[in-house]
Amino acid sequence: MKPPRFYYCAPQILDEALALLEQHSEDTKVLAGGQSFVPLLNMRLAAPAYIVDINHISELLYIEQEDGYLAIGATVRQRQVERSALVQEKHPLLIEVIKHIGHMQIRNRGTVVGSVAHADPAAELPALLTCLKGEVLAQSTHGERVIKAEEFFTGYLSTALEPGEMLTEVRFPLIASQTGWAFMEFARRSGDFALVGAAAILTPTADDRCMSAHIAYLGIAGAPVRGHAVEDALAGTTVDEPALDAAAEAARTLVSDDMDDVHATVEYRRVLTVELTKRVLKAAWERRGH
Amino acid sequence: MQEQEEETPAFTEECDIAVTVNGRHYEQRVTVRLLLSDFLRHELHHTGTHVGCEHGVCGCCTVLLNGEAVRSCLMFAVQADGMVVTTIEGMAGTNSDLHPIQQAFQEKHGLQCGFCTPGIIMTVHAMLHENPNPSDEEIRHELSGNICRCTGYQNIVEAVKLAAERLREQNMEV
Repeated sequence: MKPPRFYYCAPQILDEALALLEQHSEDTKVLAGGQSFVPLLNMRLAAPAYIVDINHISELLYIEQEDGYLAIGATVRQRQVERSALVQEKHPLLIEVIKHIGHMQIRNRGTVVGSVAHADPAAELPALLTCLKGEVLAQSTHGERVIKAEEFFTGYLSTALEPGEMLTEVRFPLIASQTGWAFMEFARRSGDFALVGAAAILTPTADDRCMSAHIAYLGIAGAPVRGHAVEDALAGTTVDEPALDAAAEAARTLVSDDMDDVHATVEYRRVLTVELTKRVLKAAWERRGH
Repeated sequence: MQEQEEETPAFTEECDIAVTVNGRHYEQRVTVRLLLSDFLRHELHHTGTHVGCEHGVCGCCTVLLNGEAVRSCLMFAVQADGMVVTTIEGMAGTNSDLHPIQQAFQEKHGLQCGFCTPGIIMTVHAMLHENPNPSDEEIRHELSGNICRCTGYQNIVEAVKLAAERLREQNMEV
């Protein structure tokens, strides 16, 4: 297989990259880790005339703790986050999620920001960002804007990014120390695209009831799905078995009717989603602080 | 591909690259759409790097890029500019002595048809560099990105354990 012909440029400065992106904005793609984009090129599912390779832009290589969130720049590889002492300490859920992405060889090249920009419905990081109510930073020659996760993922492989805009940073809100967290997914083999996955964070009250619950799913619709009905069912309860069962049952209808393919029927995905919801909520609750 | 500082970068279809492969320095002009796997095989004639699925699933084309295991079918040769690549051809010593990992695969019958073996050896190299004493579970987990359809992995796991043991005994850095 050979990718289609394209014109290529690998600038070292962000402003140059944005200028290049602006030149032929309708027909230009950004190449970062390439672990989703290059397969699309190899199979000729994508055929942009121009590619801007951002791997040499060192100003985008950062993992920083900001006020209330962890900021990750566009050239940071998933493996770098996995090995980062700062992330280990400040955001263990992010590491747990990243370990589920593809295989070690994929994470050595794949970037965090690239995975969010690609917006595959079966990808882990978009679901995490949705669960945490995170944000992304998009830049272009015209300026920059911050987009909330819930507004960013608009559908299958689709985002709110405009032509000429580049996703330069993803912001993962930090989790309070008493908040319990968990991430789980179901895949037939380790490293395969997951059929269903979920990230959850649960915050307890002083008398150990569920003050707030956030849960978001991958693999059950064209974009990440926030489980509002599940969250509402769990809030105020003591997260005992009946409460978990009721919350999990509320997840059944979140699975989109069109998630019916060769990998799993929609009925099977619904069964998995209910079971996974129960397990992930339970695991998150067990990890809460007192 | 050294740009002059005052030059604004421009789109191109060909680039000059300088890359070190198995200790040897190469300077070549490549078309930008040339995959690293095809560059190694067709331009440098290092056909030990196998090409299976060409979309990052099978792991056959795994090479080391600056010491890290990566899929050579999921990057372009132009992206390896200035980098150090190690392929299966770089594993054996200069007088064709097998590398301890290769030796262990031979002794433990860690291969049958051999098509996946180059990718697996490169993965194991990266694995043992990071973790010189992996458990069975860790070995299986790290090998999950390399598909072997012959062996059932039993002897591959045995080979990795033997290689790890010998490398530890010899205090050998991989």
